[in-house]
Amino acid sequence: MNFDWNFVQEFMPDLLEGLKVTVSAALVSFVFAAIVGLIFALLRRSSNPWIKKPIDALVEFVRSTPLLVQLYFFFYVLPLYGVKLPAFTVGVIGLGLHYSSYMSEVYRAGIDAIGRGQWEASRALNFTMKDTWARIILPQAIPPMIPVLGNYLIAMFKETPQLAAITVLEMLQRAKNVGAYTFRYLEPITMVGLLFFIISYPAALLVQRLEARYAK
Amino acid sequence: MEFFIEIFPIIMEGVWVTIKVSTVGALVALAVAVVAGSARASNSKMLRTIAGIYVEVFRGTSALVQMFWIYFVLPLPPFNLSLTAFQAGALALGLNVGAYMAEVVRGGINAVDKGQIEASIALNMTPMLRLRRVILPQALVRILPPVGNLLIDLLKLSSLVSLITLSDMTLHAFQLRPRHFSKTPQIFIMLLLLYFILTRPITWGIRWIENKRQWA
Repeated sequence: MNFDWNFVQEFMPDLLEGLKVTVSAALVSFVFAAIVGLIFALLRRSSNPWIKKPIDALVEFVRSTPLLVQLYFFFYVLPLYGVKLPAFTVGVIGLGLHYSSYMSEVYRAGIDAIGRGQWEASRALNFTMKDTWARIILPQAIPPMIPVLGNYLIAMFKETPQLAAITVLEMLQRAKNVGAYTFRYLEPITMVGLLFFIISYPAALLVQRLEARYAK
Repeated sequence: MEFFIEIFPIIMEGVWVTIKVSTVGALVALAVAVVAGSARASNSKMLRTIAGIYVEVFRGTSALVQMFWIYFVLPLPPFNLSLTAFQAGALALGLNVGAYMAEVVRGGINAVDKGQIEASIALNMTPMLRLRRVILPQALVRILPPVGNLLIDLLKLSSLVSLITLSDMTLHAFQLRPRHFSKTPQIFIMLLLLYFILTRPITWGIRWIENKRQWA
C-alpha cells in the first residue's frame, strides 16, 4: 500500500476546514496570552508582596504543569460551577493562560534589560511616568521581544492539536476521524504533519530574520 | 481530604508510568541531541544536512501529531512496525524534545571561545585534558539550564501518552472522573499538583547551576 493521492484529495477539504480552526485557535490564544502575560508581568513588578508573591507562584505553577491537564481542568470543572462555554473558547483560555506564563517572563526580561540610566535620565528630564513608559522604556523594550513572541506564536500553533482532547474539531481530530472510518491512517496523519510543517517552518525562518534584524 | 487519600493510590499507579516513560524519553532525547547536535556543528556537509532535516522536521510538526504518527501509522503497511503505547510514547517524546535539544547542544559547542582552545594547546594540555578541563565545563554550564528546561517540557508533554492509551497518571485521573463526577476539581487539582512536584527537582537543579555559573 503506497501513499494514495486520490484518497488525499477526498479528505483534504475536511482537513483544511480543521486548519482554519487550528489557525484561529492559535491566533486568538496568542492575543489572549499576550495581554494576560503583560498584566502578570506588570503585577510582578509591584512592590507589594501580597500582589507579587501570589502572581509569581501562579505563573510558576502554570508553567510547571501540562497544558493537556489544564485543558481538562477548565473543560470539566467550569461546567460544575455553571460556566458553560463552547470547547473552542475553553481551549483558547487554556492555551492562552498556559502561554501567558511564558510571555510574562519575556516582558519582564525585556523591561529589566533597559538600563537604570534610562529611568534616571527620564526623571532628570522631568518626564511623567506615562511618558517614561510610552516614549523611553517600551520603545526600547519591545523590539527585542518581537522575535521571542513570534517563536511563542509558532509554539502555540503546534500545541493546538491538544485541543482535540477536549472535543475541538481541529486538524488532527479530523484526520483521526478519517482514519477511523477508512482504516487508513498513513495519508491523513502525514498530511496533518505536512500542513503543520508548511506553515511553521517558513514562520520560523521569518522569526530568524527578525532576530538578526533586532540583534543589531 | 478523605477523598484525596482515597484516590491517591489510584493516581499513584500512574505516577510510575509517567516517570518511566519520561525517563526513557529523556534518555532518547539526550542521546539523539548529542548525536544530532554534534553533527550540526561538524564540518561535514552531509552530516549537517541529515541532522538539519531531522531537527527541522521534528521541530516543524507537532509533538502530538508525531506521537499519533508513530502509534497509528507505523503498525500499518508499508511499515508494519507495531510498537506498544509505551514504546511509541517514549520514542515520540524523545525524538521531539531531542530535536530542540540538538540545537542547544550545537549552540553550546559553537559558543566555546576559540581562544580557549588555542590557549590550552599552547599550555601543552593533552586533547583529553583539554576536553575535560576547558571545553566541556564551559559548554556544559551553558547547555545544562536550557536542557533542564527541555526536560521539564518533556515531563509535561508525557501527559500526551494518555491520548495513545498508555495508563500514565493523566489517564488514571481521567478515568476516575466518571465515577466521582462531583469531585472532578479535586481529581484534576491533585493531578496538577503531582506534575508540579515532579518538575520541582529539575527546576531546583537549573537554579543551582545558574547560581554556580554566576559565581564562576
